[in-house]
Amino acid sequence: MLSKSQARTFFLGGTVVTFAIFLALSWNSLVNDVPRQTNPENLSESVIRGKEMWESNNCMGCHTIFGEGAYYAPELTKVYERRGEGYIKAALMSKVPWAPRGRKMVAYGFTDEQANDMVEFFKWIGEVDLNGFPPKPDVKR
Amino acid sequence: MKYKSQKVAYWFFAAAMLLLVLQIVYGFIMGFAHMGYDGLHSVIPFNTARAVHTNLLVVWILLGFMGAAYYIIPEEAQNELVSVKLAYIQLITFLLVGVAAVTGYHLNYWEGRKFLEIPRPLDWLVVINVLTFLGIILATLYKGKKTTTTALVLTMGLVFAALLYLPGMIWFDNQTLDSFFRWWVVHLWVEGVWELIMGGILAFLLIKLTGVDREVIEKWLYVIVGLTFLSGILGTGHHYYYIGVGKIWLIVGGIFSMLEPLAFLAMALFAVAMYRKGEKKHPNKLALAWTLGTAILAFTGAGLLGMAHTLPQVNMYTHGTLVTAMHGHLAFWGAYGMIVFSFITFALPNLTGRKLYDTANGQLAFWLSNIGMLGMTLAFGVAGVAQVYLERKTGLEFGAVQQEIEVHFLVLVLCASMFATGILMFIYEFYRHGSPNDEAIGMEEILESA
Repeated sequence: MLSKSQARTFFLGGTVVTFAIFLALSWNSLVNDVPRQTNPENLSESVIRGKEMWESNNCMGCHTIFGEGAYYAPELTKVYERRGEGYIKAALMSKVPWAPRGRKMVAYGFTDEQANDMVEFFKWIGEVDLNGFPPKPDVKR
Repeated sequence: MKYKSQKVAYWFFAAAMLLLVLQIVYGFIMGFAHMGYDGLHSVIPFNTARAVHTNLLVVWILLGFMGAAYYIIPEEAQNELVSVKLAYIQLITFLLVGVAAVTGYHLNYWEGRKFLEIPRPLDWLVVINVLTFLGIILATLYKGKKTTTTALVLTMGLVFAALLYLPGMIWFDNQTLDSFFRWWVVHLWVEGVWELIMGGILAFLLIKLTGVDREVIEKWLYVIVGLTFLSGILGTGHHYYYIGVGKIWLIVGGIFSMLEPLAFLAMALFAVAMYRKGEKKHPNKLALAWTLGTAILAFTGAGLLGMAHTLPQVNMYTHGTLVTAMHGHLAFWGAYGMIVFSFITFALPNLTGRKLYDTANGQLAFWLSNIGMLGMTLAFGVAGVAQVYLERKTGLEFGAVQQEIEVHFLVLVLCASMFATGILMFIYEFYRHGSPNDEAIGMEEILESA
């Protein structure tokens, strides 16, 4: 029967080994995957300002990006491809709540420059290689 | 209770209950908004309600953990807390930071990263606060007469939880890196070190409630936390499937996520086995019900429902939909909400000297809240699966899908009302215990044998 000290060895050993593997895999992702899949060379100042606005307005509190966030408003990973620049800017610059089908968004009333930064951010987001996410619909309606 | 300083735990629990009520209020605001009733939009838009809802969850559960630690550590170390005054200051400042953060969320002041919305300056105050808490706990352990495995596992969980808060405070220009390290905090908390804390509290409760030998319980505690880290650390991979890092995570995350329920299964089997093995018939039947309940629902919500949507081929479709909310609700309630409730139910009679061990109200609170939460999980599940099919498989537009599934939020709100009724009854029972007092010191054995 398992003794207490064997159980402790299992705990400590398992933790150290899996954590070491986790660190090695993380390192590999940072050094190899991120440069290959996320186009860091395209992270312009405009994209970075867009990301700051994305965070300082808690867009993730309603939307998802890379599938992460809240489930009240649309997934925005491919929004640039789906809606184009004009629609995105209209939603962001509107002085009254943008409300497709009645569900309201906060009226941010961004300036043209701010809205452009957000568009640049979405453009960069849309080009990240996400291993096939979001999936393409494959059932005929 | 055996030590005077344990009384501080009571106020942590009371604060936790208050924040839970607020959390539920904001939950209702979101439930109604999903049904199309967003009358509060101009004052409390959805993103505010959402940030408040999830942050209050984290804060009340942490308050519960801290309260439990302030109760457990003196008893395990056989020593008074080194400073009760500092513990009270820590509680008050923690609450003040919370109030500041929540107020900020209503004024569009935050750092909108899911679960880590607290703005950077307040992050530092959290760090100082948690260090104070850890200082008190570690100093008490150091000065104590004994260091038990239970105390050690609990403290280890608390120390790691504090350390893991730090990667979430680094700024990245790249959204992929931002997400990558955000999960070091969020995932390694809830599927790692929080389970250590839960395991420590569970072991303490089982020792007290079942009378099974400490050595036996603590041996299995090591096995459980061993399984937790063995599966949970590499299980982080299931958050890395689709954020812009390599496909190796699909394999690693997939395999280790399949193993993650094992820790919770072990916890459930362990709790039930100790209950059956135990010869002591502790009169606090409600505490026992919550303790067995948390072990079983943690396995269901965190273990099984988590596994159900972390397989890469399933997650490709369910990622970022209401299916996540289904798993999230039962996981947090079953594992962390209920362990805090278990502990409060166990500790209150000992802190106040009033033995409300097995009241009708208490029973009703247990059943209403749990059945209510199971109903909510089901409602989220149905809404989520319908959403996945309509949106991800047939390509129907997001807004159109949301209108199709509005009705499930009516079911959600109804079940949430049941849940909330249970919680209010629990709080009423909490209130009926009265305040903690010195006369309750040393009365535990007398109460138990009466």
